[in-house]
Amino acid sequence: MNIHEYQAKAILKQNGVQIQEGILAHSPKEAVKAARQLQEQTGTGWWVLKAQIHAGGRGKGGGVKLAKSIEDVEKLSSEMIGMQLVTHQTGKEGKKVRKILVAQDVYYPGPVKKEEYYMSVLLNRKTGRDTIMYSPEGGMDIEEVADKTPELIFKEEIDPGVGLLPFQARKIAFNLGLSGNVFKEMTRFVTSLYRAYRGVDASLFEINPVLKTTDEKILAVDAKVKLDDNALFRHAELAEMRDVEEEDAAEVEAGKHNLNFVKLDGNVGCMVNGAGLAMATMDIIKLSGGEPANFLDVGGGANAETVEAGLKIILNDPSVKAVLINIFGGIVRCDRVASGVVEAYKKLGNIDVPVIVRLQGTNAEQGKQVIDDSGLKVRSAITLQEAAAIVKEVV
Amino acid sequence: MSVLIDQNSKIIVQGFTGKEGTFHAGQMIEYGTPVVGGVTPGKGGTIHLGLPVFNTVADAVEATEADTSVIFVPPRFAADAIMEAADAGIQLIVAISEGIPTSDMIKVKHYLASRKSRLIGPNCPGVISPGKAKAGIMPGFIHKEGSIGVVSRSGTLTYEAVDQLTKLGLGQSTCIGIGGDPVIGTSTLEAVQLLMADNDTEGIVIIGEIGGDMETEAARWIKDHGSKPVVGFIAGQTAPKGRRMGHAGAIIGGKDDTAAAKMKVMHECGIHVVESPAEIGATMKRALK
Repeated sequence: MNIHEYQAKAILKQNGVQIQEGILAHSPKEAVKAARQLQEQTGTGWWVLKAQIHAGGRGKGGGVKLAKSIEDVEKLSSEMIGMQLVTHQTGKEGKKVRKILVAQDVYYPGPVKKEEYYMSVLLNRKTGRDTIMYSPEGGMDIEEVADKTPELIFKEEIDPGVGLLPFQARKIAFNLGLSGNVFKEMTRFVTSLYRAYRGVDASLFEINPVLKTTDEKILAVDAKVKLDDNALFRHAELAEMRDVEEEDAAEVEAGKHNLNFVKLDGNVGCMVNGAGLAMATMDIIKLSGGEPANFLDVGGGANAETVEAGLKIILNDPSVKAVLINIFGGIVRCDRVASGVVEAYKKLGNIDVPVIVRLQGTNAEQGKQVIDDSGLKVRSAITLQEAAAIVKEVV
Repeated sequence: MSVLIDQNSKIIVQGFTGKEGTFHAGQMIEYGTPVVGGVTPGKGGTIHLGLPVFNTVADAVEATEADTSVIFVPPRFAADAIMEAADAGIQLIVAISEGIPTSDMIKVKHYLASRKSRLIGPNCPGVISPGKAKAGIMPGFIHKEGSIGVVSRSGTLTYEAVDQLTKLGLGQSTCIGIGGDPVIGTSTLEAVQLLMADNDTEGIVIIGEIGGDMETEAARWIKDHGSKPVVGFIAGQTAPKGRRMGHAGAIIGGKDDTAAAKMKVMHECGIHVVESPAEIGATMKRALK
């Protein structure tokens, strides 16, 4: 599950990580109030307005603006709230900005030069251990840093038996070239950051940039956090942070029916039991000359109700020109699935694109018979090869 | 021969009396699997499916000399169940449970590192040595005793591949579903190594997915140590970057874990890489000639 920057920062602050302070606002009026309040609390004279959407690259798209006066706050926030923000992660249509974070300006002039670093905590799948990845090259796209200057990316792996050790935090601070008081600030930052990551069962904490201010404080200026969905049962308060407005409406609807759905840009919809087979089915569609319009895993429960819900969601997409249902019956019996498809098809009525049903495994022949006897405009297949041939024919 | 399990295994089921455990233990027994009992805390001393139920894995091991455990425990208790099995000296732990928190699995992996148990899964269909024993949820009837080993990160896609093999007359020695999670007990490479060392396995099918680098790691080892034909398929050639495709492990992170990158490495290492999942069986048949 993804959460917003303001929510991620709240988690960081609770765990003792120093952050760029900010107040959430849903309207220009709230933004002005937030700016005044922030001025009282932090003494800031300038403010940074940051669009709260679940996507990166906001700055380039106009989702981060500096306001140098209260009038600026009012003007810029009224432009930002309600805009369709397009970044490299949102797709062409962009995302509607519904709320902004009014944050203190932390790039003020001071006695020393400011520095920006990169730091993230995530799982190293190869070793099955959490890893702190960091770089003195912060504030920019980390993939670019990894590409051009891989020697500037450092990793510190955490032993699950003992957790993050003090020497590791020191090593990180040394590698970032710090000394004196700000060195201690950094070791505290690293320790608190890891505590936050562990405490909420996250799968990613990415702080970019980590700022060394001109008066030698270490702050998290931005925060990208992904939580492990499988661990949300332990964190009722975090589950409430879910913002369904930021998610694809069709994906949310699918989730209600226990369907795992991901919208794609193609012309052939598909509905499959099992994630691996679903990806393989998408590949077959592509090899047959089509483009997959979605990923849809119905899991173990392929029945009339789930098939109907799945078909509805797929057919809602006007670019879908054909639908391939691919079920491998193990515990699920193919004849039952076939009856489910027939029932759902009749209930939905007027399906004007070809539907191909491929049933294999338990009672596959009986399942094919049910489809063929239904008199509906549904094509049936038993082998994957046959299904591929029909897809080729219809696209 | 086969690997991991056979007719001489002594298998227990953790989460034995639950809905999932009851159904699948029943299926395993019906297949002829040597199931010797089960564990459900609090139900020790009772009989379920004609077999003894124990409160702890240690009790079950003491009474039955069980060497293998299949876990159907709900995800929030599954990590504990795996570690309990390891502590009781179970050699092979097959964790079927889906949805275990990653942080729990990090602890499990660390716990197992200093013990002798091998973990398969979690979030996997299990292990089957056709005609001998079935420790998992795969439909038994699609399998056939034979000499092809199968290693897979997926469930139904494995059944698809097995079905193709069986229909072409190619039986299987052992099929190992290693699971689709980011942290799993046995990697593609480790499963391939087991099958490569098995005298009765003549060919190996690897079914991989986008995400991670387990398949390329196995491919590089096969290049230097492989002695049998290997067929490989990677699901997710059309998956977009950064989106999770059902399995928690199936997400493209960098440029090296795309289907195309993995297929390229596998091909360079001498593996018969198939583009279409409909060609897995036929390609193995050709490769064996």
